Amino acid sequence: MNRYTFTQAVDADGAVREKIGADVRFIAGGTNLIDLMKYNVERPDRVVDITKLPMRDIAEAPHGGLRLGALVTNAVCAYDTRIAERYPLLREAILSGASPQLRNAATTGGNLLQRTRCYYFYDVDTPCNKRQPGSGCPAIGGLNRIHAILGTSEHCIATNPSDMNVAMAALGATVNVRGTSGERAIPILDFHRLPDDKPEVDTNLRGDELITSVDLPDEAFATHYTYLKLRDRASYAFALVSVAAALRMEGGTIAEARIALGGVAHKPWRRPEVEALLKGAKPGLQTFSKVADALLEGSRPQSQNAYKIQLAHRAIIRALTQAADGTPQSVADKAIL
Amino acid sequence: MTHDSNVPYIGRATSRVDGPLKVTGGAKYAAEYAAPGLLHGYVVSGAIAKGRITSIDVSDAMTVPGVVDVLTHEHRARTAWLSYNYQDMIGPPGKPFRPLYDDKIQYSGQPVALVVAESFEASRAAAALVRVSYKSEEHITDLEAVKGQSYVPPKRRSGIAPPPKPRGDADDAFDAAPVKVKQQYRVPVEHHNPMEPFATTVVREQDGGLTIYDKTQGSQNNQAYICSIFGLSKDKVRVVNAFMGGGFGSGLRPAYQLYLAVLASQTLERSVRVALTRDQMFTFSYRPETIQTVSLGAEPSGKLTAIRHHAVAGTSHFEDHQEVVVNWSGLLYDCKNAKLTYELAKIDTHTPADMRAPGAVLGVFAIESAMDELAYEVGVDPVELRLLNYAEKDENDDKEFTSKALKACFKEGAERFGWSRRSPEPRSMRDGRELIGWGMATGVWEAQLMDTQARVTIHLDGTLEVASATSDIGTGTYTVMAMTGADMFGLPLEKVRVKLGDSSLPTAPVEGGSWAAASTCSAIKLACQALTKDLLEHARALADSPLKRARPEDVVARDGRLFLRDAPGTGVAIQDILRSAKLDELSAKGEAKPDSKVQKTHSSYTHSAIFCEVRVDEQLGVVRVARIVNAVAAGKIINPKTARSQILGGVVMALGSALEEETFSDHALGRFMNHNLAEYHMPVHADIKDIDVIFVDEQDELTNELGVKGLGEIGIVGTGAAIANAVFHATGARIRSLPITVDKLIDSPAFTAEP
Repeated sequence: MNRYTFTQAVDADGAVREKIGADVRFIAGGTNLIDLMKYNVERPDRVVDITKLPMRDIAEAPHGGLRLGALVTNAVCAYDTRIAERYPLLREAILSGASPQLRNAATTGGNLLQRTRCYYFYDVDTPCNKRQPGSGCPAIGGLNRIHAILGTSEHCIATNPSDMNVAMAALGATVNVRGTSGERAIPILDFHRLPDDKPEVDTNLRGDELITSVDLPDEAFATHYTYLKLRDRASYAFALVSVAAALRMEGGTIAEARIALGGVAHKPWRRPEVEALLKGAKPGLQTFSKVADALLEGSRPQSQNAYKIQLAHRAIIRALTQAADGTPQSVADKAIL
Repeated sequence: MTHDSNVPYIGRATSRVDGPLKVTGGAKYAAEYAAPGLLHGYVVSGAIAKGRITSIDVSDAMTVPGVVDVLTHEHRARTAWLSYNYQDMIGPPGKPFRPLYDDKIQYSGQPVALVVAESFEASRAAAALVRVSYKSEEHITDLEAVKGQSYVPPKRRSGIAPPPKPRGDADDAFDAAPVKVKQQYRVPVEHHNPMEPFATTVVREQDGGLTIYDKTQGSQNNQAYICSIFGLSKDKVRVVNAFMGGGFGSGLRPAYQLYLAVLASQTLERSVRVALTRDQMFTFSYRPETIQTVSLGAEPSGKLTAIRHHAVAGTSHFEDHQEVVVNWSGLLYDCKNAKLTYELAKIDTHTPADMRAPGAVLGVFAIESAMDELAYEVGVDPVELRLLNYAEKDENDDKEFTSKALKACFKEGAERFGWSRRSPEPRSMRDGRELIGWGMATGVWEAQLMDTQARVTIHLDGTLEVASATSDIGTGTYTVMAMTGADMFGLPLEKVRVKLGDSSLPTAPVEGGSWAAASTCSAIKLACQALTKDLLEHARALADSPLKRARPEDVVARDGRLFLRDAPGTGVAIQDILRSAKLDELSAKGEAKPDSKVQKTHSSYTHSAIFCEVRVDEQLGVVRVARIVNAVAAGKIINPKTARSQILGGVVMALGSALEEETFSDHALGRFMNHNLAEYHMPVHADIKDIDVIFVDEQDELTNELGVKGLGEIGIVGTGAAIANAVFHATGARIRSLPITVDKLIDSPAFTAEP
């Protein structure tokens, strides 16, 4: 960890002004940033504490739905009664990640910016294009059991490790940000990026921008949903594959479907044109299997992670089955349903 | 609760005497000791696997405010030159690693510099600014790549039995066998990962002596190590390890931060602390990777006719680390023909180290998996197959057992588990989408007694102190020592003080090998007997002593009195004995030693039978262990409460080994890569369901004074095989390479196809 100056922002505009120029990082929960600083992956000159900013409320959003302040902790979000009732998918996704202690500290904005768990990214004595552009990617041909199968590039095969992001992608959330040139709203699917030839850039957030809140749309899929997370142990592990599935059922027919995958790409993986295949369909293994095929089209295995294609395929089918049946996976069960 | 001195503590579930200190933070660990002007050392770890350091630039590091010095191989106090001086009591044959010795890089993560500063934060900040340049050489860290160059270690490691001489002709017998099983089994590198990271605080005393608070399983081993390297006399070096946050074998040998902390203290003449980071916990000891081949020949009935067990284990280029891996196969089963072979192959890593039940976790996984495969091959129930081949004597060494209640383990374990309700066919039991698998295996570990001394002291205030330089690595040694002293003097536990974890106390070996309870408590018993005898002599000298003609065997000490066993009314208060002898206290020593006469004719082992239920999602391959019954035969159980905890811990660790634990090496970089607790997976609470521990009755008059066999390792042995066998029974997929993770099941052709 390097020496840095530490300041505290009192309002959003002040925070944004602080971020210009030097290598500055905002800190809220610090659950990822502090680790990265200890590992010397992040070496900011200046750290700006934003925890005093008034962004801790969960409120009704202007166009329906709920607005989560960027500083709402993962724990507060997951245990908020409005979230539990209206967005159980988000609640279950959050509760499937990390530990109670981490969720108490981690914030909504910080979770959106959580960085990959690629072994090489965390070890400064090894090359990594994401950490040190141009140094190479030893995960390609190396240890890549946990890496991406979709949307990879020759420069990077890292995944986005967040569970919350996957649920927000399925729900179609919007990320509200503020920069020196004003505010803008970024649809969640445009927020995270694929690695292409710039793996060092995880998101489309600009250098001077601060996440202020996240809007959850009115359509909440509170009945037919599931967050199915497959990992190497029953708790406290990042997803090998996860599936957020949300359906709107009309009678016995699917009226609308959302499917987002975690653990398989540099961003939560959604393909609305594939989801459209389910519109008007009746739930069934064959239908779900076709959808899984289409969702995973173009997947490219690395030397150690071909299993993820098969695992994701099966997980998609199971998740859609759970969602259609209205029997969502529950983190409380510590077993797959 | 008032104490009835007629009811012994030994055999009664007793809470840890050090429990209140631990839960209140009163128990101090190595990195928690303060000293005036304490400096902090931060280790800079090397980046390459093999080669030379060409330069170390410390100029930027030295500019960080608070930095005092940066020690490197070019800049440090002189220490012993010969590698011989770096030997420790536990180390295998070879040349021990010498930190900051020269420019040679022997493994990735090797310490290359120590930044010393006035604060931990300054040392850490400066460590990132030390610029090390290297000239790399070709390295190999992949055991697979060098297994063809394996060799029988030319020098055996002290205390480690080499494979026994072959009996019969296993090759011919295997060729002729009507039923054959021949398979390869793999266990990857695992790291110990105790909760407490390694740390050392060196305090310079006024008289020039060093008090070294160190995380270690053996204070006297590390004291001797430091004295040898730095040319110090033992009366100037005291090593204290009063509490240890888990060891699992990682603290048997001196860890490199000990050397670095003393080096810095000697160089700068200041008190120094060096604590390793969690990442750095992956830069020394680990369980070696092994590739094992087991060949079983049998009659159609399942009766074994041939056992061959061959193992190749990784070791470093500088030491031949050895473990008992293959011997267990010849020990567990009655078979006329057995050939057991164990070889090493060198890779560019640090030397592996003993990790809980070293060797046995590996070898017993292989043989107990192979026996399960044979059970299916011949269509015999796995328990029946083991009874059919039950070894009534140690056929490896042609000796009797001091005791062996393994049959009782099978019986009581199977009954508790409900084994008779098992449907033998794989994939024949299910609950909804989950396939249910029931598997079992045998566990075995040595019951050893090591030369150990203890001192007991009775004080005028009626309290008893029991002391030995042994360690309590979290296992409950404090408590069993107190219980033994309390019983011998008929005192309540509150009147017994325990001293351990200090090199200045009576000689004791490192705590490991499951020998600490048997050895230390035997020594305490002998010391108490000696003290009783000394008290009697003083008592006989009293005017009108009622014990004038009493012999030592006639008297007992209880409730602060020394009296005739057959006439409890006839006796003297111990206080009066001490007073009239003008003593504030009286001490006596005891020394427990193995009985060489018994050892000539007998072997002594603990045994277990493990029964396991797993549930496997038939499409997703997610495995969970629903319940485990572990029935253990370990002689007399001193403290059923901490004994059960030992077995629980062993079972949990076995679950990790079977399903989760693996240190991944990038062989191109020659480096372990998942070096933190987020990516190195060990079981979490949610992984652990029902674990049922049974201690079967096992009387043993021969193994030692107390009939105690030790429990530190037996819980982990065989449990991994029971889980793997249960996974096979559930799914029909035999995964012979641990850990059994979802990717291996999904990739296995035997695992179900999609619905």
